Amino acid sequence: MVDVTSGRLTAPVVVVARHQYIAFAVMMAFFVVAPFFVYPIFLMKALCFALFACAFNLLIGYAGLLSFGHAMFMGSASYAAAYVAKEGLSIESLRILSITIPIHLHLPPFPPELAILFGTACSGVLGIVAGKLAIKRQGIYFAMITLALAQMIYFFCLQAKFTGGEDGIQKVPRGHLFGTIDLGNDLTLYFFVLAVFLFGFLLIYRTIHSPFGQVLKAIRENEPRAVSLGYRADHYKLIAFVLSATLAGLAGATKAIVFQLASLTDVNWPMSGEVVLMTLLGGLGTVFGPVAGAFIVISLENYLAQLGAWVTIVQGIIFVVCVLTFRRGVIGELGRILKKSL
Amino acid sequence: MIELLGISPQALFGQLLIGLINGSFYAILSLGLAVIFGLLNIINFTHGAQYMMGAFCAWFLLQYAGLSYWWALILAPLAVGITGIVIERLFLKQLYKLDHLYGLLLTFGIALIVEGLFRNEFGSSGQPYRIPGELTGGNNLGFMFLPNYRAWVVLASLGVCLATWYVIERTKLGSYLRAATENPALVQAFGVNVPRMITLTYGFGVALAAFAGVLAAPIYQVSPQMGSNLIIVVFAVVVIGGMGSIMGSIVTGFALGVIEGLTKVFYPEASNTVIFVIMAIVLLIKPAGLFGRAH
Repeated sequence: MVDVTSGRLTAPVVVVARHQYIAFAVMMAFFVVAPFFVYPIFLMKALCFALFACAFNLLIGYAGLLSFGHAMFMGSASYAAAYVAKEGLSIESLRILSITIPIHLHLPPFPPELAILFGTACSGVLGIVAGKLAIKRQGIYFAMITLALAQMIYFFCLQAKFTGGEDGIQKVPRGHLFGTIDLGNDLTLYFFVLAVFLFGFLLIYRTIHSPFGQVLKAIRENEPRAVSLGYRADHYKLIAFVLSATLAGLAGATKAIVFQLASLTDVNWPMSGEVVLMTLLGGLGTVFGPVAGAFIVISLENYLAQLGAWVTIVQGIIFVVCVLTFRRGVIGELGRILKKSL
Repeated sequence: MIELLGISPQALFGQLLIGLINGSFYAILSLGLAVIFGLLNIINFTHGAQYMMGAFCAWFLLQYAGLSYWWALILAPLAVGITGIVIERLFLKQLYKLDHLYGLLLTFGIALIVEGLFRNEFGSSGQPYRIPGELTGGNNLGFMFLPNYRAWVVLASLGVCLATWYVIERTKLGSYLRAATENPALVQAFGVNVPRMITLTYGFGVALAAFAGVLAAPIYQVSPQMGSNLIIVVFAVVVIGGMGSIMGSIVTGFALGVIEGLTKVFYPEASNTVIFVIMAIVLLIKPAGLFGRAH
């Protein structure tokens, strides 16, 4: 724990939280067994959203920043990954103002792992720009700024040529992982997605339990005090924002390969609301909450899909109920009952 | 000079007028957000849905009660304002002691419910609403054709904005309101019923949104989604203006509408995004907003 009052960041007392290992083992067991009983495509969708929600939770749960525009990272990464996986990358020349710089870059379609990396990198860069702007304000303003920036990216994707407008980018090839493993097989792809999810999940787990994560929490609790102790709060917030954006992008890029599709849905504001809902329902600031929240929300949408507008209504009701009476979320409440932090 | 730029005056003034109309809506909506935020410290995400409810209310009144536009202009804000008061009493009241972000999440949830219900009932297509007979037609001003209804929208919204400004900044009731914004506990100690004031303020802010909705009904189609995209632009307007000043919200709203209109003439590709770009620039130069106070 951070000892903010004494002015020192005590070397993090590594409380080996055994119950968290147990919870992790339970989760892993579920993920390994599940594809043999449940439709793998559904599980892959849920895993992508779980990673997305975990990335979002890093910001709201540990840095206290409510981003209402996380769809821009998921969406832009999914467009970027889908595009390079299908078309490759060719840039003839770069025009800055009136100066034309010839580049003549022609790359063939990317293999899936590079496409995902490229998409993730794009959302990371976008995260730097958006983060620099958004962290200038706090609280409600931060939420409104991220929402507005995301809407700007939405309009960009709507108008830009390479995104295919309303059609999106369809028929993205899944390709061969590292040139050898065929991702056309759903089960193979599932374990690849699971590996991507675990990478993101463990990275976030490591981050929030590191000294860096402790400083983030200190900033969340009392920013002026953290600043007076010499921490550059904006610096920390920006790093957290970029990390969150990058991992949200990783989720989006992976999703594009899984569904062989990048569309406007991924970049529009209801998607930003959805990730807030998943995290809120699962439990803000809990390690496993976003994963549980994502699985619940995605299953719910699966069942309600035929009912059209009812999906939105149910989502709204969950929001209202969570905010009024269930602020800890599913995993948060479970942790309270078990008296453990999950 | 205008011809030199290769743009016909008709197009320029036409877009300027559209800009002013959009600016009218931005002004009323951001004004309502600012009034609510001042006292409740909540960003009312339901604002877009309440704007839509105002428009639908006008449509209901005409369709089922045969009441004209002018009745709707009074009754719709009243009715939607009452639903706002109910929301405040039932839900928002419980959140004042919590982080402000919960207010945002709750109102977002309510917005989803309202929009979902209307979409369930009316689908995604819009319902047409006729321009009231008194305001059909228009005048030729020589350099452009000015439809009467559009002129009315600009004047009406300007009137409502200025009246709100007058009440808040220049009357005794407004001084109570401003005092309660600064220090609610102290004002309550003086015997003012602050909780009731909060409720009525929320109702009033919501009524403003509904009023904008009625004004918008004959211009845009009355559809369940009419508020959701607009409210995001209004959020950007609020960030640009800062919510510290009533007049600031009004001026920013109209100015950004006009800028957006001009962008449609000179660089149409950017017309959807120009307000967001301005927001980014303002954040770089003056993070508290043009009229905002840094906390």
